[in-house]
Amino acid sequence: MARAEVPPPSAPDDDQDAEALERVQERGAIRSAIAVGIAVSAYGVSFGALAVAAGLDVWQACVLSLLMFTGGSQFALIGVIAAGGVAAAPAALVSSTLLGARNALYALRVAPFIGGGLGRKAVAAHFTIDETTAVATAQTTDRARRAGFWWTGIIIYVGWNITTLIGALLGDLMGDVRQYGLDAAAAAAFLGLIWPRLRTLQPIVVAIAAAAIAAVLTPWLPPGIPVLAAAVVAIVVGATNWFGPKPELVEPRTGVPS
Amino acid sequence: MTIWHLILIASIASFALKFSGYLVPASVLERPIPSRIANLMTVALLAALISVQTLAGGQAIEIDARIPAVIVAGVLFALRVPFIVVIVAAAAVAAVIRLLT
Repeated sequence: MARAEVPPPSAPDDDQDAEALERVQERGAIRSAIAVGIAVSAYGVSFGALAVAAGLDVWQACVLSLLMFTGGSQFALIGVIAAGGVAAAPAALVSSTLLGARNALYALRVAPFIGGGLGRKAVAAHFTIDETTAVATAQTTDRARRAGFWWTGIIIYVGWNITTLIGALLGDLMGDVRQYGLDAAAAAAFLGLIWPRLRTLQPIVVAIAAAAIAAVLTPWLPPGIPVLAAAVVAIVVGATNWFGPKPELVEPRTGVPS
Repeated sequence: MTIWHLILIASIASFALKFSGYLVPASVLERPIPSRIANLMTVALLAALISVQTLAGGQAIEIDARIPAVIVAGVLFALRVPFIVVIVAAAAVAAVIRLLT
């Protein structure tokens, strides 16, 4: 992080100081990127192992991490496949896509300081996930935001794909995954992804209602569909703003990597 | 649809969503209701996945070692234990309970 003391508003001959301060802030952003990047990369192991447990082969697990590269959607896809097999593929597609909708909002927030042409935007889009957005938007200058975004993105992309492969190979060796509690690990992984978002009443109410609806509908609908039905809760509560913050308050944003 | 089709189509959809935020004017997506729904959608789907992953066995509700494992995971997340440690702990709880019963 940047040093605590903030320089006085810059006079015309302060260019060198301003440059030095910008570099300090940039290094702070890179340090955050490394810390977040390494921590997040580690749980690619759990994704790889769970993907294989869900019935994907090692190649499929790896291609998913290379091409989709957004943890929540990847876990959702394999979670639905684990429950319903290939027959549940349409439901898996819809759940993983809905879960990726938040990335479009992240892109809006990072687009102004990413700049560049279509090519750079396309690469940036691939890296637009919870963690890159969190690290970038926590910085105070555009230069530090860019550094935070790209460093976090590159470190996680490389790390996540390597650890996915390791996890998938481990999962392949394990055989019966229930014996090792991997089905419970999948539930715990979802809990870890949702945890940082449960800070205000509205998301907590939505989470409880969605979990209840999915459980109640499970005996009545094919696997995958109860999860989609729970999405209705988000639409209803989002449209009406029940349990929401008062209009004059700005909606809190989760700044913590999930 | 095979698993490979699913992986390719879902990856394209995921990329299209990310890219749309760079192409669409902010005014279209940043209105309060769509952005609130997108954020709550994440919470609703993850909560539903936790519920199904913990309770469902095919199309039935099964009460088994997954429930104590998820409770332990919740306690550990509340104590700010790192993600990967919690995942391993949850798996271990379920594995040990299954070994003993």
